[in-house]
Amino acid sequence: MYTISNRLKIVSLILMIVGGAFWGTSYVSSHVTVEDVKVMLAEEEASHGGGHEAEATNHAPADTHGEATADHGDEHAEHVMHQIHNRPYSALYVAAFFFFMIALGVLAFYGIQYASQAGWSPVLFRVMEGITYYVLPGGLIVLAIAFWAGDHIFIWMDPEVVAHDELIQGKADWLNKPWFFIRGLIFLGGWSLYRYFSRKFSIAQDSADDNRNFKKNFRISAAFLVFYIYTESMMSWDWIMSVDPHWFSTLFGWYVFASMFVSGITVIALVTMYLKSKGLMDFVNDSHMHDLAKFMFAISIFWTYLWFSQFMLIWYANIPEEVTYFVTRIEDYKLPFFGMLALNFIFPFLVLMNSDYKRINWFIVMAGIAILVGHYVDVYNMIMPATVGDRWGFGLAEFGAIFFFLGLFMLVVFYAISKQPLLAKGNPFVKESEQFHY
Amino acid sequence: MESSKVIHAIYTDDDVLMSAVKKVKAAKHHIEEIYTPFPVHGLDKAMGLAPTRLAITAFMYGCLGLIVSIVMMNYIMIEDWPQNIGGKPSFSYLENMPAFVPIMFELTVFFSAHLMVITFYLRSRMWPFKKAENPDPRTTDDHFLMEVSVHGDEKELETFLAGTGAVEINIVDKEAH
Repeated sequence: MYTISNRLKIVSLILMIVGGAFWGTSYVSSHVTVEDVKVMLAEEEASHGGGHEAEATNHAPADTHGEATADHGDEHAEHVMHQIHNRPYSALYVAAFFFFMIALGVLAFYGIQYASQAGWSPVLFRVMEGITYYVLPGGLIVLAIAFWAGDHIFIWMDPEVVAHDELIQGKADWLNKPWFFIRGLIFLGGWSLYRYFSRKFSIAQDSADDNRNFKKNFRISAAFLVFYIYTESMMSWDWIMSVDPHWFSTLFGWYVFASMFVSGITVIALVTMYLKSKGLMDFVNDSHMHDLAKFMFAISIFWTYLWFSQFMLIWYANIPEEVTYFVTRIEDYKLPFFGMLALNFIFPFLVLMNSDYKRINWFIVMAGIAILVGHYVDVYNMIMPATVGDRWGFGLAEFGAIFFFLGLFMLVVFYAISKQPLLAKGNPFVKESEQFHY
Repeated sequence: MESSKVIHAIYTDDDVLMSAVKKVKAAKHHIEEIYTPFPVHGLDKAMGLAPTRLAITAFMYGCLGLIVSIVMMNYIMIEDWPQNIGGKPSFSYLENMPAFVPIMFELTVFFSAHLMVITFYLRSRMWPFKKAENPDPRTTDDHFLMEVSVHGDEKELETFLAGTGAVEINIVDKEAH
């Protein structure tokens, strides 16, 4: 039985308070007016030696805000002002979604372990159940931020913009506010229901004298996976792809899935290692860590495969309405866009290839941190270019939001883990799992 | 040619074989070879065989394949005749790289897989028309055979092996290769 330590509580609370303060500061300081922006742009122009003027004129036709007015300077300044306003909202949304998707990825992994009747993983079930406790609060927070931020993140929520945009009008049957939130609540409801019942049956199985609860869990897991693969896809269109309502990609849902799956598995490995280091999970051996590391390795490659498939197909065909997505990312986000490939693919690929290294804890931690940072940057790359454009950075807003949600995530997850014994001892596969060796 | 004597101890169960291997190792007899009809999990560890380095060779062959693909396409598509084909940027390798990645990937896998298999064949001396080295045809079906070299007391070794659960013990004069 794990009891949440005071130190962990304090660290989480400090993270939340510091994060909240950082983010609040950035939120307050982002309230700039058009006049402030004009001054700022003039300063930038002076320091760039007038190079900005050419950029500003190039920028105007791509401006989604629309009408070509005679006063070019004002329109540009207004555009930049919106981007500066959007930044704290987007930073909050990116971090909220990142930690939510970890929990959802773990839920999918957990469902797969049940549905495939995996013999190695039951010793990790309580850790997974603890992490998935964050699905419901985390998902509601993401939806709440979407509701509060509104058109700061989702341009199609602005009736002004939609009125002048035939493309968005054509999608209004899907992309409208009430339906967006109803859908979100349906997705979350389905996932949380599965999470609630699978946890309930898993705990009931501990004291049962037959396998009835396990069988129920097997059935609902199979049903959940079907529900999940549809809703996850739609969730990725709604919560992520719709920040660029002019753009679409068919494999986007799987791409987001790969991202959440690999981050989820990484977090399972890190939490397990933490609990094991406290001597609470001695039934977890090197081979379990080896298997988790294999999953981290393999799903990192799977993510890269989907990333590349999406990028290469669009790059190759170079159809203007699709390729703008990558043009903005390569021009304005060169370092995060290609840097995440190093973090998400090259580093874990080389570090986790050797079978012996997959058993060395600090190797897994090292690769795990790279993977988590990389997938945060991945979410960042999906959201930010649509909301703040080239006015991006990693500052108070981003770090504040990360700290806040990291603290919240740790608090919720370790609280949930502390509620039940760490070994699902009634699971029919738990003996096999305890003796698992590779 | 000098001839040496070996004992062929035959077992009919892999669990018995495993415990026999441990006993023979503990008694410090040298196991020349073991013939089994199927892979016995953990046998190599029990015999104390060194781990294989085949995976390391595969990694190096993969790197070789990657280099071959890069050099080849850089020469053909960028240096030798940088033609404009459908507007693809053939000014530098990096600019046109996404189009080359499928080939880079496939050649890496191709080199890695095939050269590793060939290494395996060479290393384990397998080729067509090779004379089978099988002391007893039953070992391909349902018997396990442990070959132990004889040094010193033949009878004592024989009784020792019979004690480990061998169903049949033969002393064979083996021609040195």
